[in-house]
Amino acid sequence: MRYVDEFRDPALAATLVKEIGAISARLERGRDRPFAIMEVCGGHTHAIFRYGLEGLLPDLVEFVHGPGCPVCVLPMGRVDDCVAIAEREEVIFATFGDAMRVPGSRKSLLQAKADGADVRMVYSPLDALTLAKRNPERQVVFFGLGFETTMPSTALTVLRAAREGVQNFSLFCNHITIIPTLRALLEQPDLGIDGFIGPGHVSMVIGTAPYRFIAEEFAKPLVVAGFEPIDLLQSLLMVLRQIETGTARIENQYARVVPEHGNPQALKAVEEVYEPRETFEWRGLGSIAGSGVRLKAPYGAFDAEKRFSVPDVKVADPSSCRCGEVLTGAAKPWACPEFGKGCTPETPLGALMVSSEGSCAAYYQYGGMRGEAA
Amino acid sequence: MNIPFVPSTRRRPLTHKTVTLAHGGGGSAMRDLIDDVFLAAFSGDGRAAPEDQARFDLAALMAHGDRLAFTTDGFVVDPLFFPGGDIGKLAVCGTVNDLAVGGAKPVALSCAVIIEEGLPVETLRQVAASMAQTARAAGVAIATGDTKVVARGACDKLFITTTGIGVVRKGLDVGISKARPGDVVLVNGLLGDHGAAILNARGDLALETAIESDCAPLNGLIDTLIEAAPGLRMMRDATRGGVAAVVNELAEASAVGVRLRELSLPMRAEVMGFCEILGLDPLYLANEGKILAVVPPEEADTALVALRAHPLGREAAIIGEVTGERPGRVVMQTRFGGERIVDMLVGDQLPRIC
Repeated sequence: MRYVDEFRDPALAATLVKEIGAISARLERGRDRPFAIMEVCGGHTHAIFRYGLEGLLPDLVEFVHGPGCPVCVLPMGRVDDCVAIAEREEVIFATFGDAMRVPGSRKSLLQAKADGADVRMVYSPLDALTLAKRNPERQVVFFGLGFETTMPSTALTVLRAAREGVQNFSLFCNHITIIPTLRALLEQPDLGIDGFIGPGHVSMVIGTAPYRFIAEEFAKPLVVAGFEPIDLLQSLLMVLRQIETGTARIENQYARVVPEHGNPQALKAVEEVYEPRETFEWRGLGSIAGSGVRLKAPYGAFDAEKRFSVPDVKVADPSSCRCGEVLTGAAKPWACPEFGKGCTPETPLGALMVSSEGSCAAYYQYGGMRGEAA
Repeated sequence: MNIPFVPSTRRRPLTHKTVTLAHGGGGSAMRDLIDDVFLAAFSGDGRAAPEDQARFDLAALMAHGDRLAFTTDGFVVDPLFFPGGDIGKLAVCGTVNDLAVGGAKPVALSCAVIIEEGLPVETLRQVAASMAQTARAAGVAIATGDTKVVARGACDKLFITTTGIGVVRKGLDVGISKARPGDVVLVNGLLGDHGAAILNARGDLALETAIESDCAPLNGLIDTLIEAAPGLRMMRDATRGGVAAVVNELAEASAVGVRLRELSLPMRAEVMGFCEILGLDPLYLANEGKILAVVPPEEADTALVALRAHPLGREAAIIGEVTGERPGRVVMQTRFGGERIVDMLVGDQLPRIC
């Protein structure tokens, strides 16, 4: 496949792995723990497992799987709100498929659907708008979820709904932004992360400039990466080179897609429609200031939270779960007492076990080779 | 008053354009539907013996082997018609293949249909014709059946259940628990076509591809394989859950490890592209004309040659081997030497594919 095979070339991968090994060998002296490189994005986590990259790395280098899976960081209380909206008689609740199985405190959307709620899986927010036009007597609510990657498409959908005067469409907005969360993570006193692989798709929208504080204030290297195995190996090598030379810069390995200043049109739509919330709750991480967005006042008519009263109750994760530590890289999934026992993909307790981008599900499904041996 | 005797013509061609609840009521409307649509297609003259059951001569069956195989499968695919097939073809192939992978010669099928009122009669005729044609190609009879009509909304358009019997040839004993370390794993061709074709046919994705379902009766191909590899350990059709589901069942039931090689998996470029765009893993995509077979190492080459000589096996390939390591686990060697575990999926992102 053109433009794909080039990025999965085994010979090129072998060269990169060799170089990573060489740097690791040079850095080995005096080092008592592995270099922990966090890939922020869930898409990267998935690719790392799918291509078996962990098994190719030297012992001194490891990936830490970060909080960049929007399904995984969705708190249980918000799922309960979804279910409450979806269970209303007049509502058609439209959602991406991977959000269906996320457990709420009472039930998931999949269970709500089985119990009679009209929940529909769609592939794009525009499909939800089409549903609204086709069902004028019903209220169609789209479950807006995701980072800056999906924000422009829901923003454009709201703009179109406003332009076309579609009054029975609304957005249940759970969009989150990665930058405040990275800052919160970096401000943790005992953070054992030596560098970052930056999210490719988010950066395609926001550009690379917003990450500068990571290098300037926290002296950590970050390399924005693509999603193919060669992209990830090359980005890892770029991070390690910075570590070896004692530098901390923001680099862009994914320049074929990510422009330095992002996508102005997408940013304009986002700017037009959304404003930051004071705070938003992340599963496992708690509330983070400025990390969520909501619809601005002129688009308030399309805000499902205003149109329907939602319970908006905070629900604590089961106390035995260690989702938070896994999300911040402080613990590996198999260190959690529930991993593979109380919490499996069939019966997830935490959302990290639900999405294929969640590190627990990835370890469980693709079998972290190291974890299994441990 | 003298009432003249009017000879009744009970059997009439169906003139209705759509199926109504009356066609399931057990009266003459139902018989017209059965006679004119199903019997006309299945037995050619619409004049099969009006009994409640098909009857088989045991001695004739026993000429084919010494054990009876018996299986059933329900079909709810949406849409009813898709590139490469339709629900009728699928309903015949599915049950024929379930019999054949057990080493049985498929003999006869039953066909139970549940119809939502309002279904165009023409649609039903097309499905029945497709079933008849596929059954002829597979060399099986559709020997008995049942028709029900339910109110609008009680089912979606048309559901079909087929049940089949076949005769297992003497001396052949294939099974999911019979794989041993050293055995070789083969498939008879390109993977993932059916799942991709159905998803695409639903039209939600607005992708333009020419991917067709691989839906086909495999009993002929399986005859060839049995002939070439008499030591055959097991066969399974890789339907829902794809190749990944079958190899996992195999690893668990036989208490062996299975090692697959990503580079050896035969796949169409279009299907790979389709999966790339949608983030699907082709190993989990359904097939309706593909078997996974395990043979002892010394028979691997002849099995491969035999499969490739058959029209439904031209792209056959050896995709991996059975090992003694990590029993119950399936490991795939990725294209650049990394390894990952291939597990079963929990749920299916693509409901109603068969």
